[in-house]
Amino acid sequence: MTTAISVSDLTKTYGERNALAHASFDVPLGTICGFVGPNGSGKTTTIRMLLGLIKPSGGTGTVLGHSISQPEKYLPSVGAMIEGPAFYPALSGAENLRVLAAMGGYPLNRVEHLLDVVGLEDRGASKYKTYSLGMKQRLGIAAALLPQPKLLILDEPTNGLDPSGIQEIRNLVKDLASDGTSVFISSHLLSELEMISESLVMLREGKVLFAGRTQDLLQSQVSSLVAVPEFSVDLNKLVEIATSHGHSAAVSNGAVQISAESTWGATFNRLAFNAGVTLSSLAITQPTLEETFFEMTGE
Amino acid sequence: MLHVMRAELRKLRRPTLLLSTILVVALLTGLFTAIVFFNVNSGHGNGRRGDIVTAATLSTTQGLVYGFKIVSFFLGITALCVFASQTAQEYSLGTLRNLLVRQPSRLKLLAGKYFAMIVFAIFLVLVDALVAIGVSLILSGHAKVTTTAWFTSSGLAMLSKTFINVLVTVLAFGTLGMILGLLFRSPISSIATGVIWCLILETILGQVVQSSQKWLPGQNFDNIAQGGSDTVSFKWSLMITAGYLIVGAVISAFMFERRDVAN
Repeated sequence: MTTAISVSDLTKTYGERNALAHASFDVPLGTICGFVGPNGSGKTTTIRMLLGLIKPSGGTGTVLGHSISQPEKYLPSVGAMIEGPAFYPALSGAENLRVLAAMGGYPLNRVEHLLDVVGLEDRGASKYKTYSLGMKQRLGIAAALLPQPKLLILDEPTNGLDPSGIQEIRNLVKDLASDGTSVFISSHLLSELEMISESLVMLREGKVLFAGRTQDLLQSQVSSLVAVPEFSVDLNKLVEIATSHGHSAAVSNGAVQISAESTWGATFNRLAFNAGVTLSSLAITQPTLEETFFEMTGE
Repeated sequence: MLHVMRAELRKLRRPTLLLSTILVVALLTGLFTAIVFFNVNSGHGNGRRGDIVTAATLSTTQGLVYGFKIVSFFLGITALCVFASQTAQEYSLGTLRNLLVRQPSRLKLLAGKYFAMIVFAIFLVLVDALVAIGVSLILSGHAKVTTTAWFTSSGLAMLSKTFINVLVTVLAFGTLGMILGLLFRSPISSIATGVIWCLILETILGQVVQSSQKWLPGQNFDNIAQGGSDTVSFKWSLMITAGYLIVGAVISAFMFERRDVAN
């Protein structure tokens, strides 16, 4: 088994509408895989099918080597937080975890340890209804960790967390992955995913736009050169130089942004010098995951 | 399934639910039993549906269980509300998805929840029995009721029989609540439907069309606790109750098993 998740032609239709259309992708074992797409692109539908909550209209899939039509075979090794945390408001955070631990047959003494892991050790005895959004989110993550999962599926785990909370979750996910846990994580915080995901699945309108290594996706995008002339009167001259050599260019915030391979930087510098323009800076920028996402999804 | 049952019992034993339910059951039982004993020999209806219950009747083995079974209908309605809310809230809170991830076999999940609620129902009936017997004993002197027959072997046999009958009634109402919870997936809708039907519509229907009593689920459920009535036999009520609940349980379990969990 080399994949934690593998789906082929997976489809879910509601009446006429395709929530997910013929999706195929693999999530390598022991890696962190980001799952991105605009709202309504089919991410949660996919996750629900992987967890046996909804039945696919077509296609096949495996999770930890077992068919998704037999979730009872793999779910004991899967931790999940789907569409935000959902718990019993009248019970304490710790008691909510004990309910789930009892349900899954896990030792109840794991609860205190997990509350400690997610930073809720002081509030475990408080009723869930008194929790802030960030605390609820942390409890959801603790619940997902109950089975000591081989695969962790997290849907928007950093919703409602402050920057330090986001950093803690990022470190937690990285630690889990370094211990061999596979993580499939959906998030709108693309900069976070860019930092931690080795692979990526991108959806739009129920279709897979990209599935593969994050690095491959970013490297396939055209880089840009950002040139700042010594005198701002030369901005338009730089745009002319770039466009006359077949590169699109535009002035933005006192700099010229040119779509070009990084190797063209030296040539551009020379052309500018020959045209009598001195550059005060010339930088090569790779598009971020966020920019790539907007480019690919047309959002 | 034992895991599910254990998890469900953790929810059912929370003080807000357990203590408030015990309080309601104890108050209702105490009140109804007290009414029977305080108004004995008054010539006014002091029993179920305005029946006149005399000290002579209460001095038989019936005296031990009369207060106990008189609240069976309200005990049943309480069970209906608890079963319905405990089932439907899993949808409204979104917790069903957590439960199904931990227990993917939906029928096992359903069975585990049901057995936990049976334990809860047994506890309710025990509270009912203890309060009713306690109040009956305390008020027997005031009502000039002799209790010698209560603790004979036939009195204790009557107590066991009534306990089982009341439990069956409570479980029948509770099962109806669970079925409604699964069908409506909302605590308010399922409780409102169950209570309005059993408490209001059945009462009106039963009064307007006397013959309909034989077919009304709530009336039949309660008739089991009473050990049958002049118009509807105990056996008939057992049969009709089993019929309604089996059909309801099969349909709702089938839907629960097949339906996508999308909230």
